[in-house]
Amino acid sequence: MNAIARQRYQRRKIRNYIAMALACVATSLGLLALAWILGTLLWKGFGNLSFDVFTQMTPPPGGAGGLLNAIYGSFIQTAIATLIGTPIGILAGTYMAEYGRGTKLTGIVRFINDILLSAPSIVVGLFVYEIMVAPMGHFSAWAGCVALAILMMPVVVRTTEDMLLLVPDSLREAASALGAPRHHVIRKVCYSAARAGLVTGVLLAVARISGETAPLLFTSLNNQFWSTNMNAPMSNLPVVIFQFALSPYADWQKLAWVGALIITLTVLILNIAARTLVAPRSQQN
Amino acid sequence: MKDRPNILVPSTTASHGNATAAEKVSIRDVCFYYGETMALKHITLPLYERNVTAFIGPSGCGKSTLLRILNRMYDLYPKQRASGEVLLDGQNILAPGQDLNLLRARIGMVFQKPTPFPMSIYENIAFGVRLYEKLSRTDMDERVEESLRRTALWEEVRNDLHRSGMSLSGGQQQRLCIARTIAVRPHVILLDEPTSALDPISTAKIEELIYQLKADYTIAIVTHNMQQAARVADHTAFMYLGELVEFGPTDQIFTKPREQRTEDYITGRFG
Amino acid sequence: MDVAAQNTGVIVADAAALSRNTFWDGFARQLTRAAVILVLIMLGGVMVALLDGAAPALKTFGFSFLTTESWNPVTEKFGAVAPIYGTLITSAIAMIIGIPIGIGIAIFITELCPRWLKRPISTAIELLAGIPSIIYGIWGLFILAPLLQRYVQPALIDLFDGVPILSDLFTGPPYGIGVLTAGLILSIMVLPFITSITRDVFETVPPMLKESAYGLGCTTWEVVRRIVLPYTRTGVIGGIMLGLGRALGETMAVTFVIGNAHKIAHSLLAPGTTISASIANEFTEADGVLYTSSLIALGLILFVITFIVLAAARLLLLRLQQKAGN
Repeated sequence: MNAIARQRYQRRKIRNYIAMALACVATSLGLLALAWILGTLLWKGFGNLSFDVFTQMTPPPGGAGGLLNAIYGSFIQTAIATLIGTPIGILAGTYMAEYGRGTKLTGIVRFINDILLSAPSIVVGLFVYEIMVAPMGHFSAWAGCVALAILMMPVVVRTTEDMLLLVPDSLREAASALGAPRHHVIRKVCYSAARAGLVTGVLLAVARISGETAPLLFTSLNNQFWSTNMNAPMSNLPVVIFQFALSPYADWQKLAWVGALIITLTVLILNIAARTLVAPRSQQN
Repeated sequence: MKDRPNILVPSTTASHGNATAAEKVSIRDVCFYYGETMALKHITLPLYERNVTAFIGPSGCGKSTLLRILNRMYDLYPKQRASGEVLLDGQNILAPGQDLNLLRARIGMVFQKPTPFPMSIYENIAFGVRLYEKLSRTDMDERVEESLRRTALWEEVRNDLHRSGMSLSGGQQQRLCIARTIAVRPHVILLDEPTSALDPISTAKIEELIYQLKADYTIAIVTHNMQQAARVADHTAFMYLGELVEFGPTDQIFTKPREQRTEDYITGRFG
Repeated sequence: MDVAAQNTGVIVADAAALSRNTFWDGFARQLTRAAVILVLIMLGGVMVALLDGAAPALKTFGFSFLTTESWNPVTEKFGAVAPIYGTLITSAIAMIIGIPIGIGIAIFITELCPRWLKRPISTAIELLAGIPSIIYGIWGLFILAPLLQRYVQPALIDLFDGVPILSDLFTGPPYGIGVLTAGLILSIMVLPFITSITRDVFETVPPMLKESAYGLGCTTWEVVRRIVLPYTRTGVIGGIMLGLGRALGETMAVTFVIGNAHKIAHSLLAPGTTISASIANEFTEADGVLYTSSLIALGLILFVITFIVLAAARLLLLRLQQKAGN
């Protein structure tokens, strides 16, 4: 190898080292961001956590209090949204994977669903405002539930279809060969074979909506007091965090950090639960 | 011995390996492990300069593994390791501190399936050359043409050198891969079942090519096709269950095998 | 007779079961189909509702809505230029920072990382997508912005002082909050999207193709740059577009740190606004039909932009899937 070739090779090696070093730096930056955000959250959140958070209502400006009404509101709205969104999502996913597999309708809906999956959530908020809040003339918890349900549906549709498509056709054929009608095959065989995956989809969807703020800003709005009236504005954690964090009051800001911690822990636990459910299967592959 | 089928000595049998040729590569007591599993057991074997050596044996016998040791391709994967020595021109390539990129530039490899890079035919060849040499435009054109001529591809593609390499037929793609390999001017070429994905006519062309290339290169070929080994190889190594059963001139292996297992395999009693 | 009666009985029972099954099967088919249609209608519904809500503003301002910078609730003069500019510029910053880092992480995971670390690192990066956007907002406002204000922004101002163009981008008082901060936070938020898709498509590269390149004596970087990236280009672009769709529509994180100023400042350190931040900040306080309607018109613009970007991303990824299927 002559001198020119050697020099050339040295340059290539150096370039390789630089590129690989940069890849390592990039990874460190990503991990650093995660650690920094979670670390801050744990520090500030646990630092301000007290028993009052779970027993007191959200306070007026400058006062002390808790997040009880917001936690209740978030819980109830997420639960109702799940009750609306899950069946519709699972039914639609079932059609796409079973009755309508390979049809044009399925192709179009899959495409649109994938877009809805990452559409800006604030637009969904505006949509629900237009169809519910404006006609009814007032903000309401129901509107918040509908907005959240619309946001979770695409996640459920997507995972339901994917998971049902993973069920081998030989299983369907075996069940049909016994004389079972199609709906029976789907309910008894396909659903139970794909159960872990379906639950995962719902968990991921709940995780997604439990941290959503933007669509609630102008649907369920907020409420400083305890309210169980679904027809009236209702408090919820994300909007409370938004208002309290941007306020000038130290007490409010502290509560915002606690609320942020509660939401993040909920979302992460749901995420990890969803992952462990599917993990054994994906490791086999 | 009497009932040996005569197809094993076809008319195109390669000329006898020159017994006095120098050892280009010496494999000495090489073992190979996939994690805890021992895949090769104490292989010792020479590759003679400007000779074709074929590795034959039933699937899973370790013949591809042995080939992949010669350019240390296994280094790309964790938990795979080799022991022993492989001397290339007297230098142990298994020794730590070997520069793998330089090593691989000296030992070219062609795979079971054609692997054209996602670029034009011209770029596919120029790509490897540029790694080590800075050629002028005309020199590069010459090099590309020369490589394509040697692989008998020039006449077929000379007018669309800037078409994607993936637009060629399977046989043409494989010849492109060989052209790409020889353009770097390696000393040794490793062929890992190079015709297993090709039709008989493309296979014949590749075999013809191998025959011509051995004038300049030391070639090792893995094949599951015994007739192919008989047609192209000067020496043949028969491997079974990770062991080298027998090594010798191709004629001798196919006509007078010393080992019972070799005879059973080439007469089709197992494998 | 006995036998015949039994036979008839069996047949009758079968017929009943058959008709019951046929009914339920038809019912199940129609029910699931209805759910699918509902999903389809939803997208159309969003468009119609937004158009309807935006109609007063679009009628009043017409095309000038897209060319006016002024945003004045008192005189009821509204134009979308400032929020559109803010949306585009913050997303651009997010992409400029996010793409190299996201792809860098994917390279690390597929080419450098020891096997046992692959899963933990992938999971950690994907967790970034799980963190609610309001958390990014509160972290950005209380932690990142003060840090940028005290250390980073003054350094940037000094660094680019006197350099043409760049000195204009980094000028003015360091507020901490502003366009640059919003872009930085968005760049963290798009990382998981870019990384996970890039990693997935990187792993579709046939090992033999990579080995061929290594076989020629390529370095790892050369294999990535010349083989892996060209081979997976469509998929990587799809992943980037998906991240971009995310950045364009992101609301809460941006609302916290952008400063909410309806003007176009040439400095990246100055406060600005985006479409989604304007809506989030002003919608509940907007009085008057025209004000509300102008905000909905902003939402419509955002929806159209993200729809185009996301549709392009999906089409690219779809094409890739079909190619892989063949």
